Amino acid sequence: MSTRALLLRRHSVLPGFNLALGFAVLYLCFIVLIPLSAVFLKTFTVSWGTFVDTVTSPRVVASYRLTFGASFLAALINAVFGLLVSWVLVRYRFPGKRLVDALVDLPFALPTAVAGIALTTLYAQNGWIGKWLPFKVSYTPLGVFIALTFIGLPFVVRTVQPVLEDLQRELEEAAATLGASRLQTFAYVIFPAVMPALLTGFALAFARALGEYGSVIFIAGNMPMVSEITSLLIITKLEQYDYAGATSIAVVMLVAAFALLLLINLLQAWARKRQGR
Amino acid sequence: MSALPVPVEQLAVADAGPLVRPLAPARVADAVSEPAWVRRTLIGVALAFLTLFLFVPLIAVFVQAFAKGLDVYWAALTDSDAVSALKLTLIAAFISVPFNLVFGVAAAWAIGKFDFRGKSVLLTLIDLPFSVSPVIAGLIYLLIFGLQGWWGEWLRDHDLKIVFAVPGIVLATVFVTFPFIARELIPLMQAQGQEQEEAARVLGASGWQILWRVTLPNVKWALLYGVILCNARAMGEFGAVSVVSGHIRGQTNTLPLHIEILYNDYQFAAAFAVASLLAALALVTLVLKYIVERRAKASYDAESLT
Repeated sequence: MSTRALLLRRHSVLPGFNLALGFAVLYLCFIVLIPLSAVFLKTFTVSWGTFVDTVTSPRVVASYRLTFGASFLAALINAVFGLLVSWVLVRYRFPGKRLVDALVDLPFALPTAVAGIALTTLYAQNGWIGKWLPFKVSYTPLGVFIALTFIGLPFVVRTVQPVLEDLQRELEEAAATLGASRLQTFAYVIFPAVMPALLTGFALAFARALGEYGSVIFIAGNMPMVSEITSLLIITKLEQYDYAGATSIAVVMLVAAFALLLLINLLQAWARKRQGR
Repeated sequence: MSALPVPVEQLAVADAGPLVRPLAPARVADAVSEPAWVRRTLIGVALAFLTLFLFVPLIAVFVQAFAKGLDVYWAALTDSDAVSALKLTLIAAFISVPFNLVFGVAAAWAIGKFDFRGKSVLLTLIDLPFSVSPVIAGLIYLLIFGLQGWWGEWLRDHDLKIVFAVPGIVLATVFVTFPFIARELIPLMQAQGQEQEEAARVLGASGWQILWRVTLPNVKWALLYGVILCNARAMGEFGAVSVVSGHIRGQTNTLPLHIEILYNDYQFAAAFAVASLLAALALVTLVLKYIVERRAKASYDAESLT
């Protein structure tokens, strides 16, 4: 009874609320919350000075620059092409459209290690794609960008697509009758409507890219200061049994991830408001 | 019958929708569409991008897998290390999927069928594992169960092994695949509301009867897709498992880790052969998603007609 008062549950005739919520919360605590708190508790055992030294050492800072930079660029490319792909999938008809639509989710379903070795082989200097390019892609920061673009693609398409589908054609017709060109209609009517979803998709792709490991380590070449991502640095520290160092870097990445999660929630609330739901 | 102001047949026609639903006339469509050359260019650029980034890598996996012939392919899959990696991958998936399934149904029942304070906080917390890097997901279990961790010495004294052993791999997999089934079920069960369950309750059904006979049949396709997606992720997880596995060949290697070892040994054809198994699993997942979405759309259309 006390949990009901605490949670202010609205009355319902359906049974099983306490059991279901109790189990869900317990499971959530044991699998997610308590283990995650270990990271923060472990950091408290590290002195502030050591923590700052670890997370600002040149090699770590170089890895932030690569991870955040490549993730940002990949998310940006995905925002542009994701919008284009969702536009084409919603508005136009072409042969094989359903197949293409279904395959957009491939990066969700394909294990990252598989994506990693496939992209590395393709973009290697003797690979199908790499041999046509005048510059190296595999084993350079550019390779990191390619891998992160691959894994982030579905996020933008799948957030923008439903909004485009729901867009009222009447608004575009009104714009046309008022003399707007098609480009003006897109810039002033359609784009503002999909903007919140586009930003959400961008943030989701960015967040996913920050933590990515499997697909990147194969293609990156993993040279310290040049093509080493932060996730790999955590693993390197762990392999040297430097748990405190690994945890310190992990906390920085976790805080960045949680900040993004908060931003995404705010964006989605904004998007719902804009859609009038 | 005669008391109705409109004959029943006409009502049915009016409700059937398509006849009275406003359709955009062809002339208007011209004003809100693009010239043919713009359309073709946009389709072309989008398809070129998708081909380069999605289709070519997918095809490359299968081509590389068979590059050295069927014998090498078959040998790579029947190699004893590959078989034990496959077994471990199946074990991890067979444990983590049912656990997350029970959690998903419980969470969706509480969130979808009841109103309570703190619901949005709970929803955010369920999404948390999505934003945690897989490497960090592995790290947290090292901090708890590793030799330097909270329970490390206790576990060693009692001769129990969790990290660098199968339980650690299972735990990391459960963490990483935690939200998948819940995320499929919650929005659907929220959208379906609770009228049907309430009706069943009024007719005297017990809670479990309602769950088995009303709720689960209503969400069966989403449930199936959630299970398939969770399974695909469980079998394909790399980062988290890599941290806690210890990479002991034949003992704590899963299929993705086995791929890494083969690839780093320059056994490319063998690595791609194993990878092709996981890629096939990904394709099956996508096909099922397609079927589920069509079923969901068909039942939604059928409902909005009646």
